[in-house]
Amino acid sequence: MDIPNITKKKIRELLKDSNRVDGRSQFDNREIVVETDVSNKAEGSARVKLGNTEVIVGVKLQTQEPYSDHKDEGTLMVGMEINPSAGERYEPGPPKIDAIEIARVVDRGIRESGYIDFKKLCIKEGETVWSVMVDIYAINDDGNLLDASAIGAVAALKMTKIPEYTEEEGVQYGNLTDNGLPLTENESLMMTFYKVGNQLLFDPTRDEEDASSARLTLAISKPGKDKIINSMQKGGLDSMSIEHLNQVIEEAEKVYDKIFPELDKKVEGLK
Amino acid sequence: MEEEKIIEESKEEQENGSEEMDNDNSQEEIKVERKLVIPGETIVSGDDYLPGDYTKKDGDNVVSNRYGLAEVRGRVVKILPISGVYEPRRGNTVIGRVSEINFSGWQIDIGGPWRAFLPLNECPRFINRNNVAEFAGVGDVFNIKVWGVKQGSVDLSLKSRGLGKLEDGRIIKINCHKVPRVIGKEGSMINLIKDKTSTEITVGQNGYVWLKGDIDGTRKAEEAIRLIEKEAASEGLTNKVEEFLG
Amino acid sequence: MGYTKRSDGRKMDEIRPMRAEVGVVPNADGSALFATGKTVAIATVYGPKELHPANKRKQDRALIRCEYHMLPFSVSERARPGQNRRSKEIGMITENALAAVVDLKKFPQSVIDVQVLILQADAGTRCAGINAAAMALAHAGIDMKEMVASISIGKIDDKIVVDITKEEEDYEEGEGPTDIPFTLTSNGKECTHLQLDGKIQTHRFKEAIDAAVVACEKVLDVQKRALKGEIVNEGNK
Repeated sequence: MDIPNITKKKIRELLKDSNRVDGRSQFDNREIVVETDVSNKAEGSARVKLGNTEVIVGVKLQTQEPYSDHKDEGTLMVGMEINPSAGERYEPGPPKIDAIEIARVVDRGIRESGYIDFKKLCIKEGETVWSVMVDIYAINDDGNLLDASAIGAVAALKMTKIPEYTEEEGVQYGNLTDNGLPLTENESLMMTFYKVGNQLLFDPTRDEEDASSARLTLAISKPGKDKIINSMQKGGLDSMSIEHLNQVIEEAEKVYDKIFPELDKKVEGLK
Repeated sequence: MEEEKIIEESKEEQENGSEEMDNDNSQEEIKVERKLVIPGETIVSGDDYLPGDYTKKDGDNVVSNRYGLAEVRGRVVKILPISGVYEPRRGNTVIGRVSEINFSGWQIDIGGPWRAFLPLNECPRFINRNNVAEFAGVGDVFNIKVWGVKQGSVDLSLKSRGLGKLEDGRIIKINCHKVPRVIGKEGSMINLIKDKTSTEITVGQNGYVWLKGDIDGTRKAEEAIRLIEKEAASEGLTNKVEEFLG
Repeated sequence: MGYTKRSDGRKMDEIRPMRAEVGVVPNADGSALFATGKTVAIATVYGPKELHPANKRKQDRALIRCEYHMLPFSVSERARPGQNRRSKEIGMITENALAAVVDLKKFPQSVIDVQVLILQADAGTRCAGINAAAMALAHAGIDMKEMVASISIGKIDDKIVVDITKEEEDYEEGEGPTDIPFTLTSNGKECTHLQLDGKIQTHRFKEAIDAAVVACEKVLDVQKRALKGEIVNEGNK
């Protein structure tokens, strides 16, 4: 059943007093669970649960010719599928625009911060480079697939090990070296703030997301003492006020400080 | 005449809730056994046994045709479903959401295999075909009765007491097979929750539940309902719920 | 020499350690995980529910739709996402393996949607998928006269073996590999799915089927335990 009007109304009403149906505060997130080594054929993989929302992310490495304008750089491609298993609203078929948007937003969040040192993914300039393929698969949608996907993608990249490669035999899948991907300290955390009524909230459940009319996603990294915004995307049919935009930046810094250190520790601990 | 009879039947079903899961002391001398079985599993064997709901006789064996609790009550063997989508039944009161409207009425989503329809002439007062959207639009929810089930469609009616559009509050979804337990014997369980949390609650036979009250009361009511959903098969459930509600 | 020792040390009739669990996807009406060795499948069931568009509805029965997906990172060389001919065929085979035991007449004009996801592939994926799907259907409260259990029988060179691995599938010595995926109803009597690729003498076919019947009973036992609430994990012993 799609969300009833009265439920939407109730969610908005509660939020006016900074209340939420499940008792969380406006900018509070659900429990984040990260598991790694979820698929042994992937060069890196992770499973992320944000409350009941679950995504599985796998990284596969391939070799290819570099792009002509970046002859000494490896490449990154992020794909996403929302499988119909994730919820009754999802129909079988090729990825719809919602999955495509998530993939592209997650991609930019990772790429724009300079998290991956693409030059170090070069095997032979002009001829062979590593291509990093990140595939995100949504298994259960209880809201906020965007942020769950981003957390999963970063975790999977961290766990990735480069397979053996020789020019004669190519990639030897199944034979992993001890080397991880060339990752820098420019790791970003992606956070999406949703507009519900005239309020903002963070990490919505499915109902809360259905009650929202717009959203603003941003990826923040902290290579030095300043927090840097690396990418942003406003989504949804409704507009967001200038005040909202500023409020998002303010809240995002607080959320980053709250989530990032713990999350980072959690994933590092799984390596 | 018939309609009144249906109202009576469904009222009984709602008020009496579940006697099924109660402790066996309330039954007479008949021995009742229950166990979880899977499709194709033999429940009992013997020519005396009679195959009831969701079972079939295969030679001497009574075999399950559904995942659920097999109940052997004397000679009758049946399965009590514990999972599965809502199966619409004549007389059920359900909660449904309007998905489409046209000149002759409202398409309503009540869950289950088929779409349901509320025609203009099943409303409690006269609705002009031009005022359809005014009475209820897409996304509005009703407490509504199933008055007919055909293969492929379900007919709904608002012509009874206690039915109508639900205003304010919010909707949650539970396993429809736990509804009898949530309602309790003659409504005892649901009334306990309503009283202790000062919340208005309507439980649809299709597993959708309407809650209306203050924020803490409604949250507590929801948690109590989820507790029953989870522990439906355990003993001493009433005590657990009483303890939880404080 | 012949194939006398299996690459992973198993006996000829031994199934890889199995894992099974139900309820792994909360939104679904029914869901399950089933794994044999390193092959891992998840299945979800939604339905019976309204079928759109109306012209796809069957007057007298429910439609059962199965999709089989290999996650791109489930195999050594990344599999492009989306449906290719192989996955469409396996989807249909899964539908047929299950339709034979599901009471489709109960809810005409509706649809039962089954999704099979392969998280990790080491041969026997379609069988693991069917096993997970059967559990998910039962878990979803669908009326079924029987369960079904599926296993891949192989003939590796001249030996009939149960539950072949990818390595065994690629064995080229002697008579080479023959792959026989097989699905059986829980009463041990009806075959709902059968395929064969390779070379097997007609007089040895019966031996393969006999081995399949015995193996399917072991699979069914694991499915039953998982449906009864156990998180089965044979690898953990």
